Amino acid sequence: MAINWFKYSSPASFYSLSGKMVPIFMWLAVVLLIAGMYVGFFVAPTDFQQGEAYRIIFIHVPAAWMSMFLYLVMAFWAGIGLAFNTRLSSMLATAIAPTGAMFTFLALWTGALWGKPMWGTWWVWDARLTSELILLFLYIGFMSLQAAIDDPRRADKAGAILALVGVVNIPIIYFSVQWWNTLHQGASVSLNQAPAMATTMLTGMLIMVFASWMYSIAVILKRVRVIILERESHTAWVAELRKKEAAR
Amino acid sequence: MLQGSNLVCVRGDRRLFKDVSFSLEPGGLMLVLGPNGSGKTSMLRMLCGLSNPAFGEISWCGTAISSLGGEYYSVMTYMGHLSGTKDDLTVVENLRISSALAGLEINETEAREALQYMGLSGRETLPVKVLSQGQRRRVALARLLVCQTKLWILDEPLAALDVSAVKLMQGLLERHLGQGGMVIMTTHQEIEVTAASTTQLQLA
Amino acid sequence: MFLWVIKRDLLLAMRRRSDVFTTLFFFVIVVSLFPLSVGPEMNMLRTMAPGVVWVAALLASMLSLGRMFSSDYLDGTLEQMLISPHSLSLLVLGKALAHWLVTGVPLVLMAPILGIQYDLPVEALFVLTISLLLGTPVLSLIGAIGAALTLGLRGGGVLVSLLVLPLYIPVLIFGSGAVEANMAELGYDAHLSLLGAFLLVSLVFAPWATAASLRVSME
Repeated sequence: MAINWFKYSSPASFYSLSGKMVPIFMWLAVVLLIAGMYVGFFVAPTDFQQGEAYRIIFIHVPAAWMSMFLYLVMAFWAGIGLAFNTRLSSMLATAIAPTGAMFTFLALWTGALWGKPMWGTWWVWDARLTSELILLFLYIGFMSLQAAIDDPRRADKAGAILALVGVVNIPIIYFSVQWWNTLHQGASVSLNQAPAMATTMLTGMLIMVFASWMYSIAVILKRVRVIILERESHTAWVAELRKKEAAR
Repeated sequence: MLQGSNLVCVRGDRRLFKDVSFSLEPGGLMLVLGPNGSGKTSMLRMLCGLSNPAFGEISWCGTAISSLGGEYYSVMTYMGHLSGTKDDLTVVENLRISSALAGLEINETEAREALQYMGLSGRETLPVKVLSQGQRRRVALARLLVCQTKLWILDEPLAALDVSAVKLMQGLLERHLGQGGMVIMTTHQEIEVTAASTTQLQLA
Repeated sequence: MFLWVIKRDLLLAMRRRSDVFTTLFFFVIVVSLFPLSVGPEMNMLRTMAPGVVWVAALLASMLSLGRMFSSDYLDGTLEQMLISPHSLSLLVLGKALAHWLVTGVPLVLMAPILGIQYDLPVEALFVLTISLLLGTPVLSLIGAIGAALTLGLRGGGVLVSLLVLPLYIPVLIFGSGAVEANMAELGYDAHLSLLGAFLLVSLVFAPWATAASLRVSME
């Protein structure tokens, strides 16, 4: 097993490798999405308590999982970039942020849509929804900080510090919001009181989770490719690539 | 003592200089020369560890300065474009605080002596904001008198100084070099400093 | 050295007293605006008071964050701090402490008076003051990270609020929670201990993160 992993950590070779990977993941995402939707909407039985409205969890739950998971992945790559000064990892972190924010927003949006038929209101200050909202703020902070800095290397490092501070804080924030929520008995309905799930429901949801995974990978790779081109525009290999594109 | 090898500086998309090497021994003066925008200030900031070279290594007594940290900072004094003086503090307070920050606490008398040498007697208790540019520069440079560091890195130390102050600086530099100190500086003005060895580092 | 930095920042603040008062008056005005916007009904005001005072304290402390490093950055002192043989984290800790003494302490002292405006009982006033005393240094410490990250950026002032306000949330929850718990005749010890824990954690980690951010921003 003499694969030279470091070869792929150079932006140039990663660019060509990821170019081949994007379509694969995109197709996987589309196929899984269709399968997941089909199971979710046609195969899974109607919930006896919540009726048809529960079906939004096929989007809501994967989105919520992805939103939290992607923040960790983002902070991980940003931290690696900061510690080892590897450009590609920092670029990955930058590329992950918008997708993470999108999933966070999607989780909030579908949460509200679910809340209306369930609790009769679009928004409840439930611990999970509130944490999700704060997560959205953290993503927005990360993206605005990077956008405000002109020098890409400084943007990478500053973003990394912020992401790491955020990761340290997330458990504290989550815990405080939980505490605050139990103290204020107002919103007693919690999302985690879902009734025992039918197997088909679980299957549908898992397929949707995989679909979100594939979609995230595809989109993030695509975005990294754009960032690589932007940042490496002055290098020889990009110039060569440009020539090749023009010749085609 | 101080050595730089194959230094490369990249600012944004532009490469300011590449493959710059030098070595500086005790008593040596190094003038960093080059037109505006050739990376003189970037070079000095690298040498004092404020920024890292894109490539290459700077070492002090054979050890990379990035791993020396505070140890290097206690033998080096850097003066940048900005004087590092506080408008709201008096001249004496400025000198005492900036010295303390650089690791050397001095008392009121020592501070006043240094200021007198720099031609600021009678202005010790004025806030710096009422001083002229040249006088502010003198306040900043007074720190060189009290600091006991071996290596001085000076970015345009003569800017805004009048003839008498340039003479003072010249004496100060020669004394430091004579005692085995080292000076790295940039300047656009003519100054004659005798040193054990003078090197010129030309940046394209 | 640590003391030198604090002494210097306090001296500077004394020479520019107006800055200190601006923050304090901002705090007073924001707190006084609430009764005007929601009506003078005393029962409601009493339940709102801890939250209002805490949010106002958060905003006031945040407003003055920009000043923590920017003047040192502009006149070159920050550069000198970075190449000082002393530990940068320690210098940063000194600056954050000075920031707290200049902006946080006046808020703590003013809070009981504002609490009276909201008809808080004496014990609640006491808890409010203690919670602010424990919480405001955390705000200065965490805020220092944000101030260091946004150093010298366009629109840094607004950006810093985006970065630090989400991180302030735990302090806000437990700070105002302590007062509410006291008014509901529940124990408030746990809240205060947690605020104390936040203070210890941020004392250890924030100066370090701030120092790293300053090095990044100054490169």
